Amino acid sequence: MSEKLVEVHGLKKYFPTKKGLLHAVDNIDFYINKGETLGLVGESGCGKSTTGRLLLRLIEPTGGEIKIEGQDVMKMGAKEMREFRKKIQIVFQDPYASLDSRFSVYESIEEPLRIHKVYNDPKEMEKRVFELMETVGLAPRVINSFPHELDGGRRQRVGIARALALNPELIVLDEPVSALDVSIQAQILNLLQNLQKQMGLTYLFISHNLSVVKHISDRVAVMYLGKIVEMAETEELFKNPLHPYTKALLSAVPTPRIDIDKQRIVLEGDVPSPIDPPARCRFYNRCYCRCEGCAEQDVQLVEVKPNHFVACMQAQE
Amino acid sequence: MDQNVILEVKNLSLNYVTDDGTVYAVNDLNFVLHKGSTLCLVGETGAGKTSTAKAIMGILPHPQSKILSGEVLLEGEDLLKASKKRMQSVRGSKISMIFQDPMTSLNPVMRVSDQVAEVLRLHKAKSRIEAAKMAKEVLLQVGIKEDRITEYPHQFSGGMRQRVGIAMALACSPEILIADEPTTALDVTIQAQVLELMKELKKQYEMAMIMITHDLGIVADVCDYVAVMYAGSIVEYGDRRHIFTNAKHPYTIGLFGCIPDLSIEQEELIPIKGMTPDPSKKPKGCAFAPRCAYATEQCFQETPGNYEIEPGHWVRCLQFRGEDTENV
Ligand SMILES: Nc1ncnc2c1ncn2[C@@H]1O[C@H](COP(=O)(O)OP(=O)(O)OP(=O)(O)O)[C@@H](O)[C@H]1O
Ligand SMILES: Nc1ncnc2c1ncn2[C@@H]1O[C@H](COP(=O)(O)OP(=O)(O)OP(=O)(O)O)[C@@H](O)[C@H]1O
Ligand SMILES: [Mg+2]
Ligand SMILES: [Mg+2]
Repeated sequence: MSEKLVEVHGLKKYFPTKKGLLHAVDNIDFYINKGETLGLVGESGCGKSTTGRLLLRLIEPTGGEIKIEGQDVMKMGAKEMREFRKKIQIVFQDPYASLDSRFSVYESIEEPLRIHKVYNDPKEMEKRVFELMETVGLAPRVINSFPHELDGGRRQRVGIARALALNPELIVLDEPVSALDVSIQAQILNLLQNLQKQMGLTYLFISHNLSVVKHISDRVAVMYLGKIVEMAETEELFKNPLHPYTKALLSAVPTPRIDIDKQRIVLEGDVPSPIDPPARCRFYNRCYCRCEGCAEQDVQLVEVKPNHFVACMQAQE
Repeated sequence: MDQNVILEVKNLSLNYVTDDGTVYAVNDLNFVLHKGSTLCLVGETGAGKTSTAKAIMGILPHPQSKILSGEVLLEGEDLLKASKKRMQSVRGSKISMIFQDPMTSLNPVMRVSDQVAEVLRLHKAKSRIEAAKMAKEVLLQVGIKEDRITEYPHQFSGGMRQRVGIAMALACSPEILIADEPTTALDVTIQAQVLELMKELKKQYEMAMIMITHDLGIVADVCDYVAVMYAGSIVEYGDRRHIFTNAKHPYTIGLFGCIPDLSIEQEELIPIKGMTPDPSKKPKGCAFAPRCAYATEQCFQETPGNYEIEPGHWVRCLQFRGEDTENV
């Protein structure tokens, strides 16, 4: 049995807006096993980043429970919280925005070590920074470079080095390769996979790119309009998607081949507003399989096969 | 000239002069566009895709950019020599462009229907009433219903804005549509909608299309012909079969190896080592040589020619010298 590092129950984040309550994350349940990568996919605005930020407690949830190693994050005292902050780190999409432009590579990587007062001896700190640079494949010669002097791939390596500095258990990777060219993207994906193998890291990998998520994840959760609509092991999810949205999403991904016949499900319309959504299946108005019952009540994420969860009444039958 | 060719770009080179130096953006570029066909220009950031498109449209920024050499032949007429006035009319009725960010071509303070109508009035000299009627039709074709056409662009989602961009580009039924990453900013399900729409309209309007993208998946979806760009040059050119089943240039092969592909099982991605070259330095020899696993000493010395290794399939790589059917 794999051990659960993260368990999330009924997690909610509502943002008050002028037009009403925006249900960014709406009552989601998921878990992440130790040492695995959970991919979180979905289209723009479905709540992926909000979920990631909630895990780190960068924002406070409206409701629900987050447990890390069985400990309730919401009930932690100050001391526990400090330890917790080291355990979970985040890497953002645009390292340009997430790195301080006035900090050199050295200063950027050193910062978390300094804030958490990990080393008293500056020599040791320096050694650690060089070690981290080597780990992420940064040549020592860029140590005094500033973010604008680095290309996107190197900037992302700095972001990863910072995240690794405090020996975290879990890293939330929020679109870590989306801003990169494909040849650099492959370098970073390989780096992340190697680091995970070496250090036993656990990842929450957030992306809208299904090909990338399939490649890197052990399990995948699909989000739509604040809800997780399906969650399963990667192979199962891509071979045997059950939710109509997952099916449409998978069929819409362009694949770089001309020898396979693609049966595309083209969805009509746009994603509806997340402000005060009606209490029914969020996919209702675009669903090509809906029936009368779907309009009447909300639908829960249910385990229909071992480790395969889906929130669709049709699929649950 | 081949009757089937509508546009031909010959030996195009252009640069940008900036405070930081000269950027050699496009270097000796050649391709042809066949009537009614779709050519994909594919390549990574900075390869020179947008610059090429802007050169064809005559909208390169002045005075930073300079065309150093070449011709852009539209049915035999060199657009690089055309007057401003002539280019304006070409842009209105012969060639249109769609941008990645549809707001580039949209006016934020004008109703969507009025914008499309204005294009028609300007280029097709339609009366106000006629133009309004046609605008409504074109917008309907791209899936924007009548009840929303009097809204402003900011009231639309990204996908809808791009549809309006397409409607504007199509309003005057151009013969060539250049689409510069038209779906890069969109979600996949919306991207699928827009791509389907473009395919349909292309057929209906019998247009030729240049689709610019960095996504080989989109290329596979829409292309008849493919030009793979690297550092301002086309390193490989062929029809869809050539590129997808018989790619020869090490860069093209590298691109296929490094992208995760949903449709197959892959253990490991094989990244292309190193980074794209600094465009302000004109490399001696082949621009890809520093990253190429097959590079020999000669590759760093000699600029590769363009070798036709099978009819219609061109590769710019010294490995293929002598294998070409006809040396050019
Ligand atoms: N601070 C905030 N105040 C109000 N609304 C917010 C805030 N942060 C996020 N939202 C809204 O919450 C929803 C979810 O946003 P989130 O950033 O989590 O989406 P995402 O899945 O990460 O999207 P993307 O793929 O575009 O990054 C969106 O509708 C967004 O506009
Ligand atoms: N106005 C400009 N001034 C200076 N340099 C420019 C300008 N526009 C483009 N360049 C440079 O010219 C080169 C080619 O740029 P171009 O925009 O044509 O590439 P691209 O293939 O479209 O890339 P992307 O995929 O990022 O859109 C790049 O090195 C770019 O930095
Ligand atoms: Mg996000
Ligand atoms: Mg471009």
